[in-house]
Amino acid sequence: MAVYRIPPVPQSEITPEPVYLNRRALIAGALASIPALGAAAAAAAPLAVKPGPFGTDEPPTPIKDVTTYNNFYEFGVGKGDPAARSGNFKPEPWTLTVDGLVGKPRTFDLDALRGFPLEERVYRMRCVEAWSMVIPWVGFPLGLLLDMVEPLGSAKYVAFETVVRPDEMPGQKGLFQPLPWPYVEGLRLDEARHPLAILAVGLYGRTLPNQNGAPVRLVVPWKYGFKGIKSIVRISLTEDEPVTSWSRMAPHEYGFYANVNPEVDHPRWSQASEIRIGEGGFFSPGRRDTLPFNGYGEHVAGLYAGMDLRASY
Amino acid sequence: MTGAATDRAAGRSGGRAAAWPWRSAAVWALYAAGFVPAAWYFWLGATGRIPGNAIKEFEHLLGIWALRFLLAALAVTPLRDLAGISLMRYRRALGLLAFWYVVMHFLTYMVLDKNLDLAVILADIARRPFITIGMACLVLLIPLAATSNALSIRRLGPNWNRLHRLAYVVALGGATHYAMSVKVVTAEPFVYLALAAALVLYRPLRPAILRRRRRGRPAPAARQG
Repeated sequence: MAVYRIPPVPQSEITPEPVYLNRRALIAGALASIPALGAAAAAAAPLAVKPGPFGTDEPPTPIKDVTTYNNFYEFGVGKGDPAARSGNFKPEPWTLTVDGLVGKPRTFDLDALRGFPLEERVYRMRCVEAWSMVIPWVGFPLGLLLDMVEPLGSAKYVAFETVVRPDEMPGQKGLFQPLPWPYVEGLRLDEARHPLAILAVGLYGRTLPNQNGAPVRLVVPWKYGFKGIKSIVRISLTEDEPVTSWSRMAPHEYGFYANVNPEVDHPRWSQASEIRIGEGGFFSPGRRDTLPFNGYGEHVAGLYAGMDLRASY
Repeated sequence: MTGAATDRAAGRSGGRAAAWPWRSAAVWALYAAGFVPAAWYFWLGATGRIPGNAIKEFEHLLGIWALRFLLAALAVTPLRDLAGISLMRYRRALGLLAFWYVVMHFLTYMVLDKNLDLAVILADIARRPFITIGMACLVLLIPLAATSNALSIRRLGPNWNRLHRLAYVVALGGATHYAMSVKVVTAEPFVYLALAAALVLYRPLRPAILRRRRRGRPAPAARQG
């Protein structure tokens, strides 16, 4: 198996510290000035972060869009529901249990999770609904956490599970529930260990708002956004391919891999292009072509060598 | 009295309403109010105040209001039969509002969302069943909108009622289009689908329901008009 090397960060991509600090102040000011975000801003605490690799020149999506246009069905299926209805969710204290086919099963609390070397990763996020954002996540490589629990040789997959708290998550209550809970996701072990795959604990330099998956979520930028499971309580290493929420719900529409692929349409819409949220306007939407693996092909295409990505969508 | 006959009578009384200035003012007020959701949301979108995917949000809002106006138009007859409330003079406005919202829904999709990329639009219509159904509904609404005037009602006679039964097909098609477009099963599309089904199902049951009510009450329901 080829050894993957983290590409070096070119000097041109490293933001000078004063600019970096100033930007943070700008963001904090912007956050405080948005009334709808008052609660989230009050709860979001700054994190100690250093810039990470895989950056992009594309401008980050405004934080207002990142925190008010969300799919997080535990809080409702409307795009504004997660921001509007997640006020009662309590992301602290929190525990994340890692078990299954591992030598050293372990439960991480928030201090342990935030104790990993935190990096800022500015990633494109391509939703399966044909829109995209650029989000400055704060997190650490999932591989670091997996190394600590020492996966057994028999472990082939990683299964993820979201918390179930109907009292705090109104979308988990009521007559019509869009998905069976808990929300579950999965990756192949080699995908999970890829340096691009991170567990995020923050965005825009601060702890995650509830609507973005507080306190810890997965980010796999070469896959559709729904793979980025939120508010994770459990990670299990398994031998068999784990069940994933969307592929169980509609197997002909959503596969296990869910790699961004402009050539494989969703049955009900084209995946060839996407709208970049927060860019352009009503009359000149930021529509652009969708890139294979969401533009991360040079880093991840090798994971799928020899696979038919039309069949394994 | 058959359903067709009452509808024709209503069409004539709709023509008479012009003689009553306040009645016609009420209808125009409905037109004006009916376009408020579209105008308001268009203004929000044009000034960058719809967060996230503004065009999709606008497109969906227009679609849902089209369905609401269409169901409201189909509710006029059962409301008069069963509750004695006659909104017959508003029915044409409700139907035409539904038509214009469907047109705006499609234009938003075609112009703002797909940027007039005809290849993509035609492929969507041909290959994606929920879009095929939506498009068929728009096409079926065109003759209904074109004949929504007193002259057409007089000229077409009984055929006007036959033609306008297409509204039942469009209501079911529109609700199906909505239910098929969403990613997951939630209450809302089901409520619309159930309402559309109930309003359409009412039509074949109507003669029997009216007979029963006439037997139950000796005074004819006609005075309720």
